Amino acid sequence: MDAANEYWPSFTRGLWALTRRELKKWLNDPVMIVMFVLQPFIWMGLLGKSMNISGLLSPDNVKLPPQIPIPDNAILYPPGLQGVILDGAALSQMIAEMGSKIMEGAFGVTDYFSFMAVGMISMVVVTATMFSGMSIVWDRRLGFLDKVISTPVSRAAIIFSKILNASLRAMFQATVVLALAYILGLKLSSTFTLLNLLGVCAAIFLLSIGLSSIFIAFSIRSTRMERPMQFVSLITMPLMFASNTFFPIKLMPNWMQAVVRVNPLTYLTDAIRQLTILPMDLTALITDFIYLGLFAAVLAAIGIALAWKHLTS
Amino acid sequence: MREDVIKAEKLTKVFNKSLVAVDHITFSVREGEIFGFLGPNGAGKTTTIKMLTTMLKPTEGTASVLGFDIVKHANEVRKVIGVVHQEYTADEDLTGYENIVLSADLYGIPRDITRKRALELLELVELTDFKDKRVETYSGGMRRRLELTCGLINRPKVLFLDEPTLGLDVQTRVAIWEYIRRLKKEYNMTIFMTTHYLEEADALCDRIAIIDHGKIIAIGSPGELKDRLGGDIITIAIRENTDVTDVIQGVENVKEVRREGNVYCVKAVKGDVTAPLIIEALRRRGYTVTRLSLTEPTLNEVYLEYTGRAFRDTEESRAEFMAKRLVLRRARR
Ligand SMILES: Nc1ncnc2c1ncn2[C@@H]1O[C@H](COP(=O)(O)OP(=O)(O)OP(=O)(O)O)[C@@H](O)[C@H]1O
Ligand SMILES: [Mg+2]
Repeated sequence: MDAANEYWPSFTRGLWALTRRELKKWLNDPVMIVMFVLQPFIWMGLLGKSMNISGLLSPDNVKLPPQIPIPDNAILYPPGLQGVILDGAALSQMIAEMGSKIMEGAFGVTDYFSFMAVGMISMVVVTATMFSGMSIVWDRRLGFLDKVISTPVSRAAIIFSKILNASLRAMFQATVVLALAYILGLKLSSTFTLLNLLGVCAAIFLLSIGLSSIFIAFSIRSTRMERPMQFVSLITMPLMFASNTFFPIKLMPNWMQAVVRVNPLTYLTDAIRQLTILPMDLTALITDFIYLGLFAAVLAAIGIALAWKHLTS
Repeated sequence: MREDVIKAEKLTKVFNKSLVAVDHITFSVREGEIFGFLGPNGAGKTTTIKMLTTMLKPTEGTASVLGFDIVKHANEVRKVIGVVHQEYTADEDLTGYENIVLSADLYGIPRDITRKRALELLELVELTDFKDKRVETYSGGMRRRLELTCGLINRPKVLFLDEPTLGLDVQTRVAIWEYIRRLKKEYNMTIFMTTHYLEEADALCDRIAIIDHGKIIAIGSPGELKDRLGGDIITIAIRENTDVTDVIQGVENVKEVRREGNVYCVKAVKGDVTAPLIIEALRRRGYTVTRLSLTEPTLNEVYLEYTGRAFRDTEESRAEFMAKRLVLRRARR
């Protein structure tokens, strides 16, 4: 053997080596990837198509007889219209138009499926990132973490590799889900271009950083799988439902609106909606990005500080 | 000149404020030596290695490796050491070669050098044919050897081996001893290892520390430790019925003689040299030696002497326990 090790691992080298390992493991398991995509696909199919809210007021649903007499006891102003007969077809047409207006007012788009499919992307991001916490527990249990911390690789690279891996997965899966949603009938707005897809990925990246940092901070001390799983199930439901993922904020009670407005998922979902199905509102979009950026920065700082403290003690 | 490569002073680790896993141990390891930590389950061997390899911070005391303090200059230490952990640490979903490259990346070794070294090391541990197979498919012995290559990829000056032959069959164990000896000889590597196999400590280590309940209770070369027991046992039978205790006692190196009829139990340092001298002395006085046997004390007796319990008692159950633990780990996947 010649001289001893005279090399130092750079941060990026270590980061990329650890991230590549996880991506390799992930790509080695196509069944998992299919399952990850299948889950939101099923949700979209079942929830998005079954909750056909826009269909509520459609002519198919509101079946009126061709001629509708105005009842005699109806109190009408001005009086004297008694005996007038309404045209059922025209009326149901009117109702349907009202329905569309109601939908557009509440959801911003005329079909619930598009609204909800985009919400699904947020869900994909949550599920993809929660694995970052679990995988660090796995690494500890399987001894891999021991090997890594006995090398001079930067402790930050160890944590960032988990975050980066979760973000890359989230972006990949979200793109696949978006494509699937399009096939299933998602209506893109006229302002959509392929460039918007980059914006979608950027927004997902920011949220993933923040979320996976929380999950990692919560799991790093744990040697048992139960803890991160418990945490995940505790946090995902409120995260998803106390947001605009499935339902518009405007229609929620005030106290809930307050919660929804701090929930970062709200901003991701809104950003993606602005970029895909809504006519883009630049101010709203910028607000979304600022919030997501702050969320990512603050939580990553906290998560990394906690994880660092643990890895170096 | 031989210098102290590892120095530990009053090194202590207390878990959860109450469990003293390592209790003020002081020792040093010289350059180029194989130093063994021998002790039963839970003695504190792994905890000591984890502190020396910067994975755990000591509660008290200090230690340095090649002059670098394990707390203040942890990263310098990590750079120059190699570690083979007690547990398997390779990623089962990757191939053996991918695992080695990953380790090399974590040390920042350039790719072309990595490739050369990896092939060389794989050749050394005879894994070349399996390098592109997933680690999942490796046997226990193959996995240990892979761990060894990962620990050697940065050409460490000091190698830490935590129970390197745990759960392996005799043949594989002997093969691993051979690799370790070669590393020491060819590269003058200093090796710190833990083991609970007495014969391993005996065959491999230049010096041994016996550790129990977190304390070092004896330290020295295997020979020294055995000699400290008072030496070898020579059993001699003579034809005559006369008491020859005094004659035997007069021979150099003899420490203790016990007579039972015409059979004498002699405790002597360097029994192999002393036995012929005793025969010679007896013959000169006209006695005839009819039978002679020589037993050298084993580390087992050393162990018994210092800890008050036999080592063997724990070993079988332990091997079984470790085997079960590995199975469980696999099943959990
Ligand atoms: N992370 C930990 N937290 C709490 N206690 C620990 C921890 N690690 C080890 N211990 C305890 O410290 C003691 C020494 O453990 P250690 O692993 O060093 O023993 P060992 O000599 O390596 O044993 P073995 O031969 O079984 O590997 C044991 O009582 C163990 O239970
Ligand atoms: Mg141990």
